[in-house]
Amino acid sequence: MSASAVFILDVKGKPLISRNYKGDVAMSKIEHFMPLLVQREEEGALAPLLSHGQVHFLWIKHSNLYLVATTAKNANASLVYSFLYKTIEVFCEYFKELEEESIRDNFVIVYELLDELMDFGFPQTTDSKILQEYITQQSNKLETGKSRVPPTVTNAVSWRSEGIKYKKNEVFIDVIESVNLLVNANGSVLLSEIVGTIKLKVFLSGMPELRLGLNDRVLFELTGLSGGKNKSVELEDVKFHQCVRLSRFDNDRTISFIPPDGDFELMSYRLSTQVKPLIWIESVIEKFSHSRVEIMVKAKGQFKKQSVANGVEISVPVPSDADSPRFKTSVGSAKYVPERNVVIWSIKSFPGGKEYLMRAHFGLPSVEKEEVEGRPPIGVKFEIPYFTVSGIQVRYMKIIEKSGYQALPWVRYITQSGDYQLRTS
Amino acid sequence: MAVNSFIKDCEDPNPLIRALAVRTMGCIRVDKITEYLCEPLRKCLKDEDPYVRKTAAVCVAKLHDINAQMVEDQGFLDSLRDLIADSNPMVVANAVAALSEISESHPNSNLLDLNPQNINKLLTALNECTEWGQIFILDCLSNYNPKDDREAQNICEQVTPQLSHANSAVVLSAVKVLMKFLELLPKDSDYYNMLLKKLAPPLVTLLSGEPEVQYVALRNINLIVQKRPEILKQEIKVFFVKYNDPIYVKLEKLDIMIRLASQANITQVLAELKEHATVVNVDFVQKAVWAIGRSAIKMEQSATCCGSTLLDLIQTKVNYVVQEMIVVIRDIFRKYSNKCESVIATLCENLDSLDEPDAREAMIWIVGEYAERIDNADELLESFLEGFHDESTQVQLTLLTAIVKLFLKKPPETQELVQQSCLRSHGSLKTEFFEPTVLDELICHIGSLASVYHKPSNAFVEGSHVIHRKHLPIHHGSTDAGDSLAGTTTATNLEQPQVIPSQGDLLGSLLN
Repeated sequence: MSASAVFILDVKGKPLISRNYKGDVAMSKIEHFMPLLVQREEEGALAPLLSHGQVHFLWIKHSNLYLVATTAKNANASLVYSFLYKTIEVFCEYFKELEEESIRDNFVIVYELLDELMDFGFPQTTDSKILQEYITQQSNKLETGKSRVPPTVTNAVSWRSEGIKYKKNEVFIDVIESVNLLVNANGSVLLSEIVGTIKLKVFLSGMPELRLGLNDRVLFELTGLSGGKNKSVELEDVKFHQCVRLSRFDNDRTISFIPPDGDFELMSYRLSTQVKPLIWIESVIEKFSHSRVEIMVKAKGQFKKQSVANGVEISVPVPSDADSPRFKTSVGSAKYVPERNVVIWSIKSFPGGKEYLMRAHFGLPSVEKEEVEGRPPIGVKFEIPYFTVSGIQVRYMKIIEKSGYQALPWVRYITQSGDYQLRTS
Repeated sequence: MAVNSFIKDCEDPNPLIRALAVRTMGCIRVDKITEYLCEPLRKCLKDEDPYVRKTAAVCVAKLHDINAQMVEDQGFLDSLRDLIADSNPMVVANAVAALSEISESHPNSNLLDLNPQNINKLLTALNECTEWGQIFILDCLSNYNPKDDREAQNICEQVTPQLSHANSAVVLSAVKVLMKFLELLPKDSDYYNMLLKKLAPPLVTLLSGEPEVQYVALRNINLIVQKRPEILKQEIKVFFVKYNDPIYVKLEKLDIMIRLASQANITQVLAELKEHATVVNVDFVQKAVWAIGRSAIKMEQSATCCGSTLLDLIQTKVNYVVQEMIVVIRDIFRKYSNKCESVIATLCENLDSLDEPDAREAMIWIVGEYAERIDNADELLESFLEGFHDESTQVQLTLLTAIVKLFLKKPPETQELVQQSCLRSHGSLKTEFFEPTVLDELICHIGSLASVYHKPSNAFVEGSHVIHRKHLPIHHGSTDAGDSLAGTTTATNLEQPQVIPSQGDLLGSLLN
């Protein structure tokens, strides 16, 4: 069901620190991990789950570290990967940056955390805010009375401590929608979906009960508000932070919760949409082999005039043997990035409804390359503040605490590019 | 000495110290010492502080690993079972985890003693414990066999909210429970159909996670699509490959896309496959080309469409694409002898680039089969014959067969080419299909390593003779809940309702 041991390795595969939870897999087995990884990578058969004899390695990579769990049993793979990612999250909260230096500089804390995060292979307490209350950078926590395990750890509300106090009680709500788009070479939209997240920054005293009201279509239908003026959003799938009462949501679509302190992601949702792609790209890439390649890219902002897209970056793939770039843009600037084999056309401010053009010209060597190259798609990055594609709205945020204070909720909407790709012919 | 300090620490006024003592005690794997640790452990299991109790619960599992007999003799298993009724959800979750871990080495004893009463306690704790506790409880629930469809439905209703959890492991464990209990629900009920609909969105959302999580999800979705294709039939677009997906994600998505392909969406799928046949990864391309061929074989109306897609691909002149294609075209010809004949001439032009044994074999077969349409068939075969001893056995056999065919069609030209003939053996399939019992067993292991390897746990876990094979619950239980845990696989599977995929509808239902 669980992991046998967890290792943190450096980029060469050497263990920096490890914890043996169950003792049924020899710690020396980790030596097989890196050679196995390198071999599989060369074969083009890399996978997150590798096995060597009876030992299985489940691994993830974070900057210049590998986190590897070993097991000899039929462990719950999804649990192990979730746990490894959670561990990274906890370390990042503690050390800000997580890389080899952070581990080397903080062996003691890392060891204490590995001790608390998992017991005998079962994940235990992984909430970094709560952990920070009793596993701290200060030394010797075993002085009597000095530190105790917060009762929060075993409470039903294990993500928020009692006795939090703020002078000014506020909640900041960020609704961030990412647009994923996949367009075919002949311009037809293969995949168009919105992945939204609602992130909260909570500065509230005590143990407040919060209720979030969205213009959720299913909720409207249940409460008879659908039709007419009430615009609603059909959320295909919703995922919640563990603080949300899932059974209430399942019952009547109420989103009610006692929030953790500080910032956290409350929920994420997904919906497919037939809406026009926000930024539409038309491209003509003419390759005259042995001589030159000419690229013409037209970008159209297909969103309302009042909105403006910021930080637009359009990356157009270029053959890897191209040279001598020359650009002409109607707005913004273009830059050739040879290490990624792309031209990046940056437009600081792109109002809705506008259309802009870029032309690029590259030379090609007279000797053609032997190998076949892949055809990477055109990628687009952008951010449109005060705007959502789906039309989702925070109708209200009710905050109730027994001391009866008034708290102010603030809402902000933003739409950004997710996986936004247009294939080229 | 060390023992004394542990015993003292287990009575320390600070619960943190008591718990740390219990936790460390369990890591000392020296038999002599463990005897002394029983008393402190017993006290901590009944400690007033839940943090201590939850740590003590895990300690029992640790001790069991060191000395199973002692744990049983000292009655710790009963204490663990009592903790399932504890007021604190974390304690319950850890007790469940410990008992589940221990019962892995005792497959036939009903250690957890699951019955409707303690199932209810588990369901209550499910709503209150952390995400990890939820996973322990859900995995435990998936081993329970409800006595009738009402109980199954009740449990499903309480588990379904967990599909909205942000933690993908919770979602997968919930899916496992639901997939198992679906077997017991009446197929025509509204609830059954609603549940099927509810399962699709969370599975799709799993694909927005980190790549490793996507990989585990995809391997499991592959099983689910084979068992219950109706759940994801409408969602084929989700499995269209993205350029920057890691290779292991791409291969899985491709596999699932093939399984979901049907008459209705075949044109889209072919367009997508063609796009990927030019990607620079040999495994991937071969799989894509193979998939095109399979589509042609499965759906006759699309054979011409597939044929033209393949012709387009030949023009790319990419060596491994062409080679893979020849194998695929040979398979198409074997099924439909009069389609795609225009291809033959183009194929013959590409003979020089063939070095893969499969491709050479396929080409030889084609030449032999269509000898009458190929003017220089004898020359082509002769060129293959020159390197006869360097070829693989397979190719050699095919060559001999082709020569015989040629001889029968054009005897005078082939005289010199004739040698003794053998039967040629069947080609190899490029994807896996499961025996129904194996598939069912893998469904019982959704989320685990077995579901990622697509192999039952006894294939890769040592000491596998003690692992009990799991199987799906049977409708209208002819055995009661207690027995089926211990049952063998033979009797129970006879009555299992099987989902029989309708022929010609889904491509993936190619069960030979």
